[in-house]
Amino acid sequence: MEAINKEQVFEWLSNVTDPEVPALTILDLGIVRKVDITGSGPDTTVTIFITPTYSGCPAMDVISIGIRMALLSRGIGKVVIEPQLSPAWTTDWMTEEGKRKLKAYGIAPPHRKAFQPLGLFEEDIVSCPRCGSEETELVSHFGATSCKALYKCLSCKEPFEHFKCH
Amino acid sequence: MNSTKKLDYTLRLADGALILGHRLGEWCGHGPILEQDIALTNTALDHLGRARSLYQYAAEQFNLLPADDKKNAFTSVAIQNLISAGASVDEDDLAYLRDGWDFRNELLLEQPNIDWAYTAARSFFYDTFNYFFFTQLLRSKDESLSAIAEKSLKEVTYHMRWSSEWVVRLGDGTDESHTRMQQAVNELWMYTGELFSMSETDTTLLKEGIGADLAAIKPLWMERVRSVLDEATISIPVDAWMQHGGREGRHSEHLGYILAELQFMQRAYPGMEW
Repeated sequence: MEAINKEQVFEWLSNVTDPEVPALTILDLGIVRKVDITGSGPDTTVTIFITPTYSGCPAMDVISIGIRMALLSRGIGKVVIEPQLSPAWTTDWMTEEGKRKLKAYGIAPPHRKAFQPLGLFEEDIVSCPRCGSEETELVSHFGATSCKALYKCLSCKEPFEHFKCH
Repeated sequence: MNSTKKLDYTLRLADGALILGHRLGEWCGHGPILEQDIALTNTALDHLGRARSLYQYAAEQFNLLPADDKKNAFTSVAIQNLISAGASVDEDDLAYLRDGWDFRNELLLEQPNIDWAYTAARSFFYDTFNYFFFTQLLRSKDESLSAIAEKSLKEVTYHMRWSSEWVVRLGDGTDESHTRMQQAVNELWMYTGELFSMSETDTTLLKEGIGADLAAIKPLWMERVRSVLDEATISIPVDAWMQHGGREGRHSEHLGYILAELQFMQRAYPGMEW
């Protein structure tokens, strides 16, 4: 087997998507923290450090399988996936490309730096991904997945999801 | 010796997260409105996720203990059998194979949901505690605990926001919602003292720079709780007798029912997967 390098591995990982938000790849999300390659030939071992978005996010298991499959299809059988909790994942690591893709997919992307916790009863101003209006209303801070909140647009009347700043 | 103390500490945090996560999960399909049903299951998932990280770390610590310490760590038959057979334990064994007296969660967390006011008040007391606790644990010399704290703090912050808002909404709401919130606060108050009591484990780990200083957290918690309850027009119960025992494995009858539901499948069909 030919020697592989990290750039190749990142290229392969750029096809692994988030099962909950398939518009995003795991690189768009910023959850791949580091790639290590050790050994050579058939003993080549690739270690991927990934950080969970939320502690209980069930997508992490599926993402790990996706990573293994992507590398296996390139002949890498020895794959170690190391979860890394620190530094904690933040939407600040999401790529601009990822935010653009989210919006095109109909989900309002995170729009400000994370970790400025909202005060009690304080709400974010989120613009509608469909019509761009800022006349929107929070329906619930929690949605179908840990990372999203539910909003509705008061201008075009459409409900939409917002990928929360975290 | 201190390695069993750290295990004890890790398990206490894990058990607390699991048991409250289970309680909140009981609301699934029963929430007053769909969005709040989803809010609680989302939050339950955060607690379960934190429980998993902590149980994984506890299992790692346990498996490194000398044989004698392993034998004395738990009293439950199911996990004793596993240990005496020489097997290593994992996160699932710790969650499913220990009986109530091996659980170290605080009594507050196993109290029943009763109604929305009790559920919000119970979370409010614990979320507020967690916020200050994990802020301190961030500085732990133990890298795993510090990493878990870093991850959890972001989640705990919005949990606290959710539960505080409900305390205010109900407390400063209608006559009935006010009455119910006041009653929930009154009845759960006696379980809040346990959160701050420093055991020998806490004292040792604090000295080693691993654990948090619960006595230092208490005034911060009190100030925050007071300001939210004030806004909610809820009066703070006068200091009364505080219930203790959960951390030492002396639980209320409620924990047994939780474990019966939580552990049944693994006890009836050991090692089953689906």
